[in-house]
Amino acid sequence: MLKFLLMGGYARYVWPCYGLTALVVGLNIHWARAALRAAQAEARRRMASLKAAS
Amino acid sequence: MAWVWFHRFGSPPYFYRVAGLLAPWFAWPAALLCAAGLVGGLGLAPADYQQGDGFRIIYVHAPAAWLSLMVYVVMASSAAVGLIWRMTVAYAVAASCAAIGASFTALALATGMLWGRPMWGTYWEWDPRLTSELLLLFLYLGYMGLRNAIDDIGRADRASAVLATVGVVNVPIIHYSVIWWNSLHQAPSVMRFGQPTMPAAMLVPLLLMLAGFTAYFVALLLTRARGELLRRERNARWIADALGVATGKGSAC
Amino acid sequence: MSPPRVGFVGAAGALIARDLRLALRRSGDSLQPLGFFLVVSTLFPLALDPQLSLLRDVAPAALWVGALLSSLLALDLLFREDAQDGTLEQLALCGLPFQGLLLAKTAVHWLLTGLPLVLIAPLAATALGAPYEAMPGILAALLLGSLALSLIGAVGAGLTMSLKRNGSLLALLVLPLAAPVLIFGARATALAIAGESLAGPLYLLGAIAVLAATLVPWALAAAVRIGLE
Repeated sequence: MLKFLLMGGYARYVWPCYGLTALVVGLNIHWARAALRAAQAEARRRMASLKAAS
Repeated sequence: MAWVWFHRFGSPPYFYRVAGLLAPWFAWPAALLCAAGLVGGLGLAPADYQQGDGFRIIYVHAPAAWLSLMVYVVMASSAAVGLIWRMTVAYAVAASCAAIGASFTALALATGMLWGRPMWGTYWEWDPRLTSELLLLFLYLGYMGLRNAIDDIGRADRASAVLATVGVVNVPIIHYSVIWWNSLHQAPSVMRFGQPTMPAAMLVPLLLMLAGFTAYFVALLLTRARGELLRRERNARWIADALGVATGKGSAC
Repeated sequence: MSPPRVGFVGAAGALIARDLRLALRRSGDSLQPLGFFLVVSTLFPLALDPQLSLLRDVAPAALWVGALLSSLLALDLLFREDAQDGTLEQLALCGLPFQGLLLAKTAVHWLLTGLPLVLIAPLAATALGAPYEAMPGILAALLLGSLALSLIGAVGAGLTMSLKRNGSLLALLVLPLAAPVLIFGARATALAIAGESLAGPLYLLGAIAVLAATLVPWALAAAVRIGLE
């Protein structure tokens, strides 16, 4: 286990890489879903105001 | 036959619905593929002859670099399709690509630098691959900057589509010119491995990661594109049905 | 719509003559990028130790970065005025090939801003320590390179012409696309200074210029049309 964590001495390069990757992967998932939700909410509002106006 | 499929996907309500259904079918396999790739790459693959365990960075660096390039091509192609056939769906797809591609280009650069530090001794070397990635990042930033600067979303789509098309023609030229330039400096070839060819135990996890990241990108793209489509279709009637507003029926997103 | 009475060649000729006349009236505008190029080229030696051998190594970089930045500066002149006073719209609507007319405009722009730069480059090159024998090579490289830069830059200018004055966006758009020109041009200049054959990079530079001349008109027409909306 320790050998795994130490990565043969390269740990301080390898693990930040994986950490950054996890960060970017996670952020993109979050952005995509948040953008979709925001667009849906805005669309609902537009539809509702259209309906109210008609 | 392909045209029928093409036109169907070009229809906004169809795309909105199908993209929503398909996204999980790419997301979960992506997670599985990456998990398998990580187990193989971090655990099962033997340490490299020259680089020791440091080479394992390739299992995140290569997918990031692959994504950065592939996403640009997808972005430029869909932008061109949008420009030629005036397809809103195509523009929505192109717009969705930008942030994803730029962030993974930055990640490829960061992981490349972190990989370079122990291997070359410095964080930066004007290695052809890193230099090309840097220029690619500038292309993305230019695309996003142009989009940002134009207020009207339709004009922003069209102008950035022209830019992306010009850029994609340039990508192979840039890549070749940088390789040529770098060959003059006789820089040590980075990221080569101790063995002449990559053994299966190292290669298979890499392929799994590449496939997993690709599926992950498709899932992201489908999700984002739906939102971009809503923003562009404004008050089209199909939106009310799709969101279940007019009838009051809730629909699963 | 009635067919245009003037043919394309006539219209292009008239456009070129008009642009030249306007530019000569305000010669200061065209001379500014030139002055900028000279200043940038002389700034490099000031920033370095003026030992001749080191200067010679830096000369290609100084010349080409200067040329690149100067062409960026000059791009503002290309479309802005004509977009504002409606001339571009007239050109787009007049029924003649818009690509050709825009290409004519870009050609005049190069004549006014690119060509003078090429002609004055030997002066800057000498100040940077380049030997006399290198001049033909330097001239050839800058000739092809400045053509390519004008063409590539024109697309950027077309895309940003309706935006508020934002030079940094134009630079961000144009510089990555111009990177190959910089690479091959600087390399050709370095070979010329070293006295070696610069055929390789020179041909590549020529290829890029030809590619640009072929593809840019279409991109330019599309970009300007979008900007005119």
